[in-house]
Amino acid sequence: MFRISSRDANKTRGDLLAIRDFSVSFETEAGIARVLDRVNLLIGKGEIVGLVGESGSGKTTLARAILGVLAPNAHIDHGGLTFTGETNVTFVPQDPFSSLSPLFTVGDQIMELMRWRSPERRAGERFYSRSRRRADRERALAMLGAVQLPDPARLLTKYPHEVSGGQRQRIMIAMALLPKPALIVADEPTTALDVTIQAQILKLLRQLATEHNVSVLLTTHDLGTAWEICDRIMVMYAGQELETAPVASFFRAPMVPYTRRLLASLPTADAMPTAIQGEMPGLYQPPTGCRFHPRCQSAADICRDTRPPPSEPEPGHIIRCHHPRAYDA
Amino acid sequence: MTPILVVDDLHKHFPVRNVWGVRTAWARALDGVSFQVTPGEVLGVVGESGCGKSTLGKTIAGIHSATAGRVEFDGHRIDGLSPSTGRRMRRALQYCYQDPGASLDPHWKIGSSLLEPLIVHEDMTAADRRARVDEVLRAVGLPEAHLKLYPHEISGGQQRRVGLARILALRPGLVILDEPTSGLDVSVQANVLGLLADLRSRFDLTYLFISHDLSVVRLFSQRIAVMYLGRVVELGLTRAVFETPRHPYTRSLLAAVPMIGGRRVTETMWLDGEPPSLAAVPSGCRFRTRCSWAADICAREDPALRTMDDGCQVACHFAERTGAPAHNHDARSEDQ
Repeated sequence: MFRISSRDANKTRGDLLAIRDFSVSFETEAGIARVLDRVNLLIGKGEIVGLVGESGSGKTTLARAILGVLAPNAHIDHGGLTFTGETNVTFVPQDPFSSLSPLFTVGDQIMELMRWRSPERRAGERFYSRSRRRADRERALAMLGAVQLPDPARLLTKYPHEVSGGQRQRIMIAMALLPKPALIVADEPTTALDVTIQAQILKLLRQLATEHNVSVLLTTHDLGTAWEICDRIMVMYAGQELETAPVASFFRAPMVPYTRRLLASLPTADAMPTAIQGEMPGLYQPPTGCRFHPRCQSAADICRDTRPPPSEPEPGHIIRCHHPRAYDA
Repeated sequence: MTPILVVDDLHKHFPVRNVWGVRTAWARALDGVSFQVTPGEVLGVVGESGCGKSTLGKTIAGIHSATAGRVEFDGHRIDGLSPSTGRRMRRALQYCYQDPGASLDPHWKIGSSLLEPLIVHEDMTAADRRARVDEVLRAVGLPEAHLKLYPHEISGGQQRRVGLARILALRPGLVILDEPTSGLDVSVQANVLGLLADLRSRFDLTYLFISHDLSVVRLFSQRIAVMYLGRVVELGLTRAVFETPRHPYTRSLLAAVPMIGGRRVTETMWLDGEPPSLAAVPSGCRFRTRCSWAADICAREDPALRTMDDGCQVACHFAERTGAPAHNHDARSEDQ
């Protein structure tokens, strides 16, 4: 569908996180919402994986599950997450405005993080020694410089309302990198930002992830953002993963009808986009089988009855669809 | 063709107050904006947050009163009118909020909400009003049965359609759409754009399309105005502006939009920093603090909009230059 320049998409340096047959439901007053339905995803070391889907597709729930901060009414029905080696996961939020306390300076909040999450901290350490505090402060200053914030020492004395939105998001990225994580979960990190700032932040995130060899799981509803920085993209719809592919083949040769319709609904320079008929299903009584079948033009009886198992028609291109379009690379 | 809307040197300044309520500065949200809109066209207004694009729409619609300047609609001045005259004059000029469905009264049935603007503005018989409501409801693609429902009984997308129907019931000539697609998923966005295009041809509407989303504006508008810090810095046919952007800000803005399958922004982005505050606009050219082309003349002289040979208007001393601005090598980017 799109012509693509080549890119080092397949960095196989082992897996960091394996998500297998993972189901999550939420108990609410209105009933049980089946939000994730047997989701599978592998995240490699140093890889940037994009989790793409519309609102209600379950991408934020999956991100929260990886962070271990699911709401109390959430229940893991099936499967689980397996980390290989390190389990140090940090978070970059969508909205840097509400993620920093307005009552404390940026420095206070970074040092509070370092007190508990600094890589220097030894297990069971009860006091925050002066020497470690000094070392941590140096690390924080260096990291603020690395995210290209001007005058880090002065920034530490400022309150969050005194810095701009783009700078706050840079602070959040610095705070996500300081504990030396193996994986950063970034939940729509640039949605609240303007397009020129978004480009700056994406550039920074990609550069730092490569430098520090951190894996990134980035959720976004914006396919352009996913194209910009991801190595691999997974599309979710109503809590099911439909297609996982390296970024190049994802955009060049999408195979699942939903992905194709999603790409066709992007505005282009010369054609009106085509909308996907129908609406996102409710998750209290989700459609059986493949949850996209009520809106899918290729749907047949089998789509209603059984969820398609994963198949891999091309190396690295995993789909869950009974009627995929042939690979037309 | 006589323009339907003329905006001439429009200013809107908001007071900036300190904690004691004393005015310390003026935020110049609109600082001399001029353009014209011809009937039937779609003029896109783009820019980043804080550039004054929403203030522009609201000042034209009379939601804010202008500090200085003129707004003419259909040959009549509409700025600075008394509230009652203003209401009468602006009936054919409607302002559409980001989510028109959210402004429906939850205690009113859809039918009552749709009849209300006709009762306020028009002198019609009850039967005529019913006929008009049926017509606009069909136009936005909703069944008549929805007239008896409350807003919470229909979906968000349908509420949006009702909100649009409410605006259309008054037969406006010009609709100001303020970020009609922001915050929507792409598939829903495609739906809304299709509906807006359909309504435009059916009711001969003129749109002032305010958005931060360049790909949507490119698709939807014939002409586009690029705003930066309260000014229009580039104005021209959409095709011309997108193919040969002249102003360095427009060049950066277009270069920052991800192009699926194209070059990656993360490899080519040169624009650093964020726009300065509206209360402390730089002297001379207001983009010069972020512009790598900035020279002495930029600090001294405020560039006016100049008309180029293809009809585009650009406010830059160096609009004839070609190529992209170089990466802005300031202190910050050097220490990486």
